[in-house]
Amino acid sequence: MLRFAIGRLLQAIPVLLIVISVTFLLVHSAPGGPFSADKAVPPEVIKALEAQYNLDQPLWQQYLSYLGDVIQGDFGPSFKYSGRTVNELIAAGLPITAELGLYALLIALIIGITAGVMAAIRPNTLQDYIPMSGAMLGICMPSFLLGPLLVLVFGIYLDWLPVSGWGDIPGDKILPSITLGAAYAAYIARLSRGGMLEVLSQDYIRTARAKGLSEPLIIVKHALRGGLIPVVAFLGPAFAGLLGGSFVVETIFQIPGLGRFYVQAAFNRDYTMILGMTVFFATLIILFNLLSDMLAIWLNPKLRQQSRGDS
Amino acid sequence: MALLEVNRLKVYFQTRNGLVKAVDDVSFSVDAGETLAIVGESGSGKSVTCYSLLDLLPKPPAVIEGGTALFDGEDLLTCSTPRMRQLRGNDIAVIFQDPMTSLNPFISIGEQLIEPLIYHPDKTRIQGRKQARLRAIELLDEVGIIDPVARFDCYPHEFSGGMRQRVMIAMALINEPRLLICDEPTTALDVTIQAQILELIKKLQQTRDVAVIFISHDLGVVAGIADKVLVMCDGTIREAGDTESIFYNSQNDYTKKLLAAIPEGAKVLTNRSEPDKPLVEVRDLKTYFSDYSKAAASGGKKYIKAVDGVSLDIRRGEILGLVGESGSGKSTLGRSILQLAPTSFGTVTFDGTLLDDLNPKQTVPWRRRMQMIFQDPYASLNPRMTVYQTLSEPLLYHGLADSKSIDQQVRQLMDDVGLAYGQMRKYPHEFSGGQRQRIAIGRAIATKPELIIADEPVSALDVTIQAQILDLILDLVERHNLTMLFISHDLSVVRYISDRVMVMNKGVIIESGDTETLWANPQQEYTQRLLKAIPLADPRLERRRIASL
Repeated sequence: MLRFAIGRLLQAIPVLLIVISVTFLLVHSAPGGPFSADKAVPPEVIKALEAQYNLDQPLWQQYLSYLGDVIQGDFGPSFKYSGRTVNELIAAGLPITAELGLYALLIALIIGITAGVMAAIRPNTLQDYIPMSGAMLGICMPSFLLGPLLVLVFGIYLDWLPVSGWGDIPGDKILPSITLGAAYAAYIARLSRGGMLEVLSQDYIRTARAKGLSEPLIIVKHALRGGLIPVVAFLGPAFAGLLGGSFVVETIFQIPGLGRFYVQAAFNRDYTMILGMTVFFATLIILFNLLSDMLAIWLNPKLRQQSRGDS
Repeated sequence: MALLEVNRLKVYFQTRNGLVKAVDDVSFSVDAGETLAIVGESGSGKSVTCYSLLDLLPKPPAVIEGGTALFDGEDLLTCSTPRMRQLRGNDIAVIFQDPMTSLNPFISIGEQLIEPLIYHPDKTRIQGRKQARLRAIELLDEVGIIDPVARFDCYPHEFSGGMRQRVMIAMALINEPRLLICDEPTTALDVTIQAQILELIKKLQQTRDVAVIFISHDLGVVAGIADKVLVMCDGTIREAGDTESIFYNSQNDYTKKLLAAIPEGAKVLTNRSEPDKPLVEVRDLKTYFSDYSKAAASGGKKYIKAVDGVSLDIRRGEILGLVGESGSGKSTLGRSILQLAPTSFGTVTFDGTLLDDLNPKQTVPWRRRMQMIFQDPYASLNPRMTVYQTLSEPLLYHGLADSKSIDQQVRQLMDDVGLAYGQMRKYPHEFSGGQRQRIAIGRAIATKPELIIADEPVSALDVTIQAQILDLILDLVERHNLTMLFISHDLSVVRYISDRVMVMNKGVIIESGDTETLWANPQQEYTQRLLKAIPLADPRLERRRIASL
């Protein structure tokens, strides 16, 4: 397992290098610059600012010095939030976004797996069609539509829950978490239905029935483990997606998380911020994919032993 | 009164193509201590009959249309779900066909073994884990698992097929059932392992006085184990009676056809081989695979030596039989000769040319001259290609036909392998197993090869179909002047078809010779054991054979 993990981390190095290089090129080839929006500023001030942030140097030199900083874990100063570094900004937003992502993932898992398993137990009946139609709807409905709808119903008409904020009023975390998790719940429901259907048709489930085990026991003990492997494999990309994709939800609900910095940085041509966030998210995606792959290996006794023999 | 009395059982399946009468008006009875064999080919309804007794059929599509199944006076077909749970595993247990897929790969065998005890539906009979573990270890020992204490926590993939089937048997016996249903319990196993498992079932039955329903398509196995035989076909009973009267005095045409289809005795065709002209020369061939298992890691071994130094000649015009049990390396050897598996050492010479030296592009013209027929006609045909596409592809690829002549050539091929030309636009799933193997054979002979390597070409087929395919192969070999390496674990089939035989074990050829010479006088102890383990489809001879072991 250790060898597998190290191997994958080594593979991550060229991937990250490519991510950094491509993003760097794209960011710098976009028209405008971090200071071009401020019209009233005299040219000599802009020159001074550019000199301060080394933007007057040739591009390859900027690239190399940026790369050197990133290797040391330093994403540099933000161009727009003067006086603050990208590292500080990420550190400030990350806990909120991570919390939101975690809640959303939990909601997605609980709703998704329950719906998927229920559907798989009685395929092609109402118990299958209703949750699966719901899942289809959940996948199709974008969060910028679902969020305001939920706010309208639960925040305004029913007046049960706060309409925005994060951690200010009790219950204000519920609607954003649901909005963010809904699409993933739908996806997980479809994955777990497929996985469970496959497992439930296996010979060893028939063996378990022939032994006189009860149906709930068969589902929980004999079927879930194999049936949820597709879900486990999806967890890594899902969590990374939840973190990166939270900006819509954060904007709707006025949450001071990472996602909003990301979008603003793009509009502001805040070069270091865009780059820093991209590299940070890429690293997260790689890490979470690795984690979910390792979990999937650990769940399968055969693979577990192979990987043990390997290391 | 009999322990189980099935009366006019009818099980139908509702399919898109209408109602299928899987079991139609079947009646039989089994007494305690008695073995009833249900014999039939695939689709005859023999398994469905038994699964319906335990409510193990998926409903829908299955519907029990009528009949009764009285177990100790209680109707199994109408009893409640909780009552059925009490009967399952407790009074009636099942040993399934395929030990590879019938055990849960995610749960240790010990845990699976004790489940019937620790989750017993009858609350008063639930046992604690410790007690259940002791009982399970005792049973594992009884069914012949070595070192059961250590093996208790192992997972199914750490056991061989034969050992897994022993675990299945232990699992079936753990609650001391009164009726044991064995659904082809040895079909997936090697012949020597089969002999051990059959002996085990027989011994356990005698010591415990259980009734056994033994489902099988293998008449040799049935001859040795059954007291009574039920012959089924298309969901109905064709004949029923005690074993000797069925085998020696059958009144039914279908039973007679089954008995006649068993490959028996020597090859009828003359040996056309030219001893001095080898088409293929294999010298010291070795094919190793990387080994990831725990045992290999701790033992410091890195390779599985699938083929470990094999030298052989395949003479022009002969059918060379290659016999071995699973894991002996016979399939890998076949693939290595065709350069389909990477060889580690040694050389393969085909018609004077060293194949190992050729790069992939250079092998193309040689591929035309040597073809392979694979074991599983369900998996080896592309399900998205019609018969026409499958058969025309090699012809067009090797430039053996142009757009004008291709229709004519495909027509000829289909005719050769006994398929109607009208079926050429159909896809593989629309054909039966035997027809699919005909398509696969047609694909192999399409390029007019000189050498065909047939890897277990009939082992997935029913006995009557098997006989047809074997005759087709013999006919094609003669007509097209083919040379063939025929790989099989089924010794009777190999004897029926081969001029010469090689016996393979653990990656090496341990014995070879002319088929009849080898059969009459095997030199190696392993070969003797292998030949002795073949069940004979004759109750008196079979019982004498078993007794002599």
